[in-house]
Amino acid sequence: MLKKSISFPYLLWMIIFVIVPLGIMVYFAFTTSGGSFTFENIEKISQYTPIFIKSINLAIIATIICFFISFPLAYILSRASDNYQRTSMLLLMLPMWMSFLLRTYAWMTLLENEGLINKFLGLFNIGPVQMINTPGAVVLGMVYNYLPFMVLPLYSIMAKIDNSVIEAAQDLGCNIFKVVIKVLLPLSLPGIITGITMVFVPSVSTFIISRMLGGGQNMMIGDLIEQQFIGSTYNPNMGSAMSLILMVIMLVVMGITSSLDDDEREGIVI
Amino acid sequence: MSTENKLMELKNITLSYDGEKILDNVNLYIRDKEFVTFLGPSGCGKTTTLRIIGGFASAEQGDVYFEGKRINDVPAYKRPINTVFQRYALFPHLNVYDNVAFGLKVKKMDKKEIDQKVRKMLEIVNLKGFEKRRITKLSGGQQQRVAIARALVNHPKILLLDEPLGALDLKLRKEMQIELKNIQQQLGITFVYVTHDQEEALAMSDTIVVMKDGEIQQIGTPEDIYNEPKNAFVADFIGESNIFDGVMINDYLVQFSGSEFCCVDSGFGENAPVDVVIRPEDVNIVAPNTSMLTGVVENVVFKGVHYEVTVLCNGVEWLIQTTKHQEVGNEVGLSFGPDDIHIMKRLFNDFDSKVKGKVISENEIEFLGITFTRENLGLQEGQEVLLTIDPKQIQVVSEDHADMIVYLESMVYKGAYNEMIVWATHKETQEAVNLLIHSMNDEQIATDIGIKFNFDSIKISPLEVKGE
Repeated sequence: MLKKSISFPYLLWMIIFVIVPLGIMVYFAFTTSGGSFTFENIEKISQYTPIFIKSINLAIIATIICFFISFPLAYILSRASDNYQRTSMLLLMLPMWMSFLLRTYAWMTLLENEGLINKFLGLFNIGPVQMINTPGAVVLGMVYNYLPFMVLPLYSIMAKIDNSVIEAAQDLGCNIFKVVIKVLLPLSLPGIITGITMVFVPSVSTFIISRMLGGGQNMMIGDLIEQQFIGSTYNPNMGSAMSLILMVIMLVVMGITSSLDDDEREGIVI
Repeated sequence: MSTENKLMELKNITLSYDGEKILDNVNLYIRDKEFVTFLGPSGCGKTTTLRIIGGFASAEQGDVYFEGKRINDVPAYKRPINTVFQRYALFPHLNVYDNVAFGLKVKKMDKKEIDQKVRKMLEIVNLKGFEKRRITKLSGGQQQRVAIARALVNHPKILLLDEPLGALDLKLRKEMQIELKNIQQQLGITFVYVTHDQEEALAMSDTIVVMKDGEIQQIGTPEDIYNEPKNAFVADFIGESNIFDGVMINDYLVQFSGSEFCCVDSGFGENAPVDVVIRPEDVNIVAPNTSMLTGVVENVVFKGVHYEVTVLCNGVEWLIQTTKHQEVGNEVGLSFGPDDIHIMKRLFNDFDSKVKGKVISENEIEFLGITFTRENLGLQEGQEVLLTIDPKQIQVVSEDHADMIVYLESMVYKGAYNEMIVWATHKETQEAVNLLIHSMNDEQIATDIGIKFNFDSIKISPLEVKGE
């Protein structure tokens, strides 16, 4: 009984701030500005397909880079001494205590044609190299901002893997590469899935990073949706439809990744 | 013992960790198809020795040989050695079958052959029908069997077992002991077993290696080690023992427990400090005043097969195993033959601790980084002195009340007190000495303890200054 009464405020909160807005969004997505039912908004999205594909591509690239940086790092951290672990974790989290905007501005000043990196390269008569306003800069911004979201779940699951399990794999003939493939990867799969979700979802829907580091040419879904609400092409019905499609895409991605996890529980992987 | 068939050999292995010596000049060899047990208290270096054999730790000094070839730099995954880990270390993402098949799959063996071998091995360890079971759904004993099967299926030259039965209850442990021994004989594989349980070691091994503080104390068959322990530590660790401080008066004559006895040992010199060991089953209870020793029964415990009787005799407690019940408070005589008395060299080969000190001002002496005053010392400043410290005049106290913190190397009950040997290090010079302590306290060996000196009882004698 106690449980029920405690959960009530949360339930109320979720209804007001999650369920109801979702309903409003779905309503807008399927209506015209006049209020009559239509599929037109959804149909019109097809003209933005290239932007959707580009967004998903960049987010996937950023997620993959994050994974390959984080996996070894998380493993090293999980095997290090307590002091080393604490210090490294602090250093990793420290940038997150600063404003997201500020961090991205900092990259702007670094990457600009007149920026620090190009000035440095200029000393050796190289460049200026075009770095800002490229898809690479957008991916860099995503990796830089969302890396901790990949490291943390990986680290916390790897810290639970007993060293003797890794030694057992070596004992049974695995070199380092095989230890990773046959033991470390399958055992940290739940952390990998969380990490992928935590990096992919904000990456695919970001609009600040793409605007600041990607310039006009590297528009992403987030920018597109923002334009529908506060930009020049004011059209909240269209914006809602785009948001709905984005949600569906994310649901599909999460469905695929978590089905991997189910397989793992059945012991089929490997 | 023949030295043929040396399968594995460790030569002068030394290893330190954080400045502490874990292994100190370990030398041993393991013969083919032998069941070798490393036995010792926790922190004695037995697991580290096992890890060096397995390739999970590398020695700072010394060499590891396998079939005559030096394998120091061969990584674990290339050694024909498999391990049963202390907490099994099974792969939680795989079922029983896949855990056992793991090593064979890594070696890319033919699928049919794998299947055949895995099924046969599961049969040997009594786990037929458990193939699809998840590891987390198994009991401790079953997990244990999977761990053994997973290692044995690779048919290693040597199987290393690190306290594999430690987590099981007594009855299951006894069953598994017999089973393991059977498997070892059936498959003809060399087993290297680590345990702190002396009964387990005696029951299973062909050869026992007793270790303490990273040093090998004795290597021998279970019978050798039980009947002829090399020192008081081994005697204390293997089976129940009465261990007393004694003095070897002459060859074949020893004094302990307040009397002099004939014995069969010689060669210790005259009036030499020795340890005397008498096994409790070798002592007979007789009518009082018919033997050399008479005492009062203090305590009787029924142990099933026999009674364990404690007799206080000239201020020293004797442990005796007898099938006849004794009343507490009764006066009894103790009798034993000369060949029941085992004489051993002392772990601490002196009656008192002797430490070098220095006079630092008129009435002040410094030793091991601590100072004390002695009125009317009458010695020159800078004079080096030898301090003789009675083991009874050092108290074991909590660390915050201590004069200094020392490392407890060994502790043996000597009938009336615990004989402790500690390792004391000078804070500045790092110079270290052994000190002898007689204490009523019980402490955990291989840990740090605090000690307090009775400075007034320390004997001071000036050392001659060389060259004058």
